[in-house]
Amino acid sequence: MTGEAWQAVSVTLQLAGLTTLLLIAIGLPMAWKLAGMTSGFRPVLEALVGLPLVLPPTVLGFYLLVAFSPNNLPGQVWQDLTGTTLAFSFSGLVLASVIYSLPFVVQPLQRAFEQLDRGLLEAASSLGAGPIDRFFSVVLPQTFRPLLLAACLGFAHTVGEFGVVLMIGGNIPGETQVLSIALYDAVETQDFASAHTMAAGLMLFALVLLIALYSLDRKGHR
Amino acid sequence: MRRFLAAFIVVFTATAAQADTLRVAVSANFRQVAEILATEFEEQTGHTVTLSSGSTGALYNQISYGAPFDVFLSADSRRPEMLAETGRVSGKPVTYAFGRLVFWQPGSTEVTYKTLSGWNEKLAMANPDTAPYGLAARQVLENLGLWEKKKSLVVQGTSIQQAWQYVATGNAGAGFVALSQLRTDDVQDGYLLLRDELYNPIRQQAVVLSGSKNQKLGQDFLDYILAKKQQIIVQKAGYFPAVDPVVAKVSDTEGSHTP
Repeated sequence: MTGEAWQAVSVTLQLAGLTTLLLIAIGLPMAWKLAGMTSGFRPVLEALVGLPLVLPPTVLGFYLLVAFSPNNLPGQVWQDLTGTTLAFSFSGLVLASVIYSLPFVVQPLQRAFEQLDRGLLEAASSLGAGPIDRFFSVVLPQTFRPLLLAACLGFAHTVGEFGVVLMIGGNIPGETQVLSIALYDAVETQDFASAHTMAAGLMLFALVLLIALYSLDRKGHR
Repeated sequence: MRRFLAAFIVVFTATAAQADTLRVAVSANFRQVAEILATEFEEQTGHTVTLSSGSTGALYNQISYGAPFDVFLSADSRRPEMLAETGRVSGKPVTYAFGRLVFWQPGSTEVTYKTLSGWNEKLAMANPDTAPYGLAARQVLENLGLWEKKKSLVVQGTSIQQAWQYVATGNAGAGFVALSQLRTDDVQDGYLLLRDELYNPIRQQAVVLSGSKNQKLGQDFLDYILAKKQQIIVQKAGYFPAVDPVVAKVSDTEGSHTP
């Protein structure tokens, strides 16, 4: 593989890694709130989180392209704060990926929290355990497996991202040129040798990850 | 119900026999003009023209893998030649237009070569490796001795259409786009029409594909585009017409726009 292809691998892994960390940080409280919610507002919130599952990536790509523009408020605020633009930047891709992969992290966590033994939580509470203590000593041990599953799904889905990045990335090597884009480029320039290497690599990665996920899932249900 | 269906099939096949559908793959930059030309062609002949647009590289790939197009309007001459070499072309490639490149900085009243050389923010262009207009943009920067300096500022669109999107939405402050794109929106200022000698002519060629079942109709469509009246439309849309561009330039008042 060429230097540029390895650079694309590195950008992809960094993007997926950072996105997953952020998704866990955002997804955990979100899923917890949703799982415990009884108001009629819940389906609306669930639908909002689930939107990226059904929307074509071009919808998100288009809205982000408009939102990221310094001519519009979100892009302007970002530019005032950081002095840079969001489009064509790594930060922009991270933001897009967090939105794009959100349901893949929130939904498994929400299911896990819904099935949580609430009796244990109440017992812990009556024994004087605070919310943070309860989370680490009661919730986490019970939901460790779904958490790992959610993280892997979020990571894998971000690696598999293409349409959104194509629309807002600008194809900058080392910054926004992820593997799926480098592969697209290789095909367009008729460099099928590189395309084959990258495509096979992505395929193998996805396969190994999914096998790992499914075996994890099986063990969880045993 | 059955009678209705039978009647429907008769009517349907009868019209299908008279009117064919011509499937045209058109490079993104020419899409708007192709729509105008195709509509007129449809009105005159009663046939239907469907347009599929994309980057020249992507369309070329699809065609070499058997995409069912009848005509290919490429943005370069390289792809049609490559198709001809592999026997995928009926007849010879013909030039239908010459593309013209501009440096566009929306909102600015006066854009000069100085603006370009002093530009140090994001600079949009099409991918030089896949898109003919991207290649031309790189040649302009190389010939002005600016490529090494500006390389790090470049953001690439997959086609000239995407380069335009980047600038039009304000995500890139300036960029290299096709004059035809600005003409579509009637943009009057804020751009610099680049001198022709700064880049190799963007010779846009068209071919009828040998895999087509509508080769005759495809040839008719190409002849139609090359006729004088249609070539005037092409020129107004921001291209040099397919005749010798040096001759065409004299008649084109825009030539004096460049400082």
